[in-house]
Amino acid sequence: MGLRSYLDSVEHHFARGGRFEKLFALYEAADTFLYRPASVTRTTAHVRDGIDLKRMMILVWFATFPAMFFGMWNVGFQANSAYAAQPGLLAASADWHLAVIRLLAGFDPGSLWDNFIHGAVYFVPIYFVTFAVGGLWEVLFAMVRGHEVNEGFFVTSVLFALILPPTIPLWQVALGISFGVVIAKEVFGGTGKNFLNPALAGRAFLFFAYPAQISGDAVWTAVDGFTGATPLARVAQDGIGQLVERGLTWCDAFIGFMPGSIGETGTLAILIGGAALLVTRIAAWRIVAGIFLGAGVLSLVFNLIGSAANPLFAVPWYWHLVLGGFAFGAFFMATDPVSAAMTDTGKWIFGAVVGVMAILIRVVNPAFPEGMMLAILFGNLCAPLIDHFVVAANIKRRMARHVQQ
Amino acid sequence: MAKQASAKEVLFTPVFDNNPIALQILGICSALAVTSNLDTALVMAIALTAVTAFSNLFIAMIRNQIPSSIRMIVQMVIIASLVIVVDQILRAYAFTLAKQLSVFVGLIITNCIVMGRAEAFAMQNPPGRSFLDGIGNGLGYSAMLIALGVVRELFGAGKLFGVEILPLAKDGGWYVPNGLLLLPPSAFFLIGLFIWALRTWKKGQQEPVAFRLAPQVEED
Repeated sequence: MGLRSYLDSVEHHFARGGRFEKLFALYEAADTFLYRPASVTRTTAHVRDGIDLKRMMILVWFATFPAMFFGMWNVGFQANSAYAAQPGLLAASADWHLAVIRLLAGFDPGSLWDNFIHGAVYFVPIYFVTFAVGGLWEVLFAMVRGHEVNEGFFVTSVLFALILPPTIPLWQVALGISFGVVIAKEVFGGTGKNFLNPALAGRAFLFFAYPAQISGDAVWTAVDGFTGATPLARVAQDGIGQLVERGLTWCDAFIGFMPGSIGETGTLAILIGGAALLVTRIAAWRIVAGIFLGAGVLSLVFNLIGSAANPLFAVPWYWHLVLGGFAFGAFFMATDPVSAAMTDTGKWIFGAVVGVMAILIRVVNPAFPEGMMLAILFGNLCAPLIDHFVVAANIKRRMARHVQQ
Repeated sequence: MAKQASAKEVLFTPVFDNNPIALQILGICSALAVTSNLDTALVMAIALTAVTAFSNLFIAMIRNQIPSSIRMIVQMVIIASLVIVVDQILRAYAFTLAKQLSVFVGLIITNCIVMGRAEAFAMQNPPGRSFLDGIGNGLGYSAMLIALGVVRELFGAGKLFGVEILPLAKDGGWYVPNGLLLLPPSAFFLIGLFIWALRTWKKGQQEPVAFRLAPQVEED
């Protein structure tokens, strides 16, 4: 009572011809954030069941929460462990993050609270900048085009923030999300018409534009002057056996006790969120299965071939699944309903293409430490082609059936 | 063709109203390859303008003598000769730049702009106007190349003509260069953005909508 009638009473100002006509997108966003939208999709959309786009996007947003919270804890845990090992670094650092952390918590790697707050102080500004800058573009385009702000951005923003390293400078976050939203999505007409995943396109932009801040050894732990490669990079250097010898078991990697992008390390947490997406059928299980199948088969093939010079050939498939961004990409990125293949057969093929490419880039290409981002973008590019051939094959099969009779 | 167009129109229409790169989408290949710094972009722009202008001039001079069936070959001979002249001049007077431009000077022969203007304009127009048309299209190409070169070198390396403008962070300044701008794909994004800006400015260049999507929401 009250709020609804207030919103209704001011609505005519924002409607066409009203005083704040230009701000309709903002009004609509606030209204449907609080209440369900008055209009739901009834005709052909890319979502093919009764659930509307808004509910779907909010569900994906919730599904990232396990990975997000684990990621925040892990950022803190990695940083505090580094401080515990080298106390000099803490005194030497003049990072503004640390001043905030000192107000709220300590630096004990054994304390849940300290780790969580530490990670939050790094993650929340990144997410806030992503949301503010990306949201600004979103609202701007909605105003110019005269349509509503799309909830898809909720998902894009959280996914983008989760695949960044914790130490990324905030202005780069702003640039990356701007590229992702404007170049990868809005110039093609907005949500539903983007053939690339905007979050990944934004990350790819940062990856090629500012490689020093998003790859290498110095960025994965939120500690000034501390270098620690991601496990994937260490495997590329010394092989999988070395990883276990240094104390990172498969179980640790599965739960996510390792440095990496904020939301990508905790495979267990990702699986919890991913399972929710699969059960609610928001993520297509065929895509996820295709990715795991493609990646699994190719890594087995590489195991069989073997290589004296490249230790990555010997990495077993179950290690590939828990290292780097593989799991996050498989469940949250590749399953984007807009940029993935739409047909059922196409989803299998799309998944397999992504899985194969991810392992191929990881193992064979020495220039890129991680293959999942580029593999999914490659898959996105192929998706319309895959769908085209699936549909064409279906037409051909049905025509052949008719001719025989 | 525009027989009645004034000399001024012939010269300046290709710069914004009928830009060979932005509207006709020709000559993209070299625009990607040579614009990572302003030196090479400028030299390439001058070289292409010269070749287009003189190939138009010479082809227009003999346009009535060229048998239609072998006109392409005749045009190619003229263009190729001019490109060789340009290439030799560059090697003689700007050797390091010629090295940087490598094959792209030679590839002016296959540049669609040169061929396109020879075929579309010089074959039907007198030499003087053809020469101006060549200069004009060269200017259109140059405008785009220089714009690309400025953006890519300034934001990709913090320099213009190799002179530091934005002090780089690794040398104690504040600017962190954007490495993507030094890679050829960035020119695609930039050309796309330029075309967007140009078509917002000159609405006549917008293409008609190819198809419309059915409305997703029932209208009230």
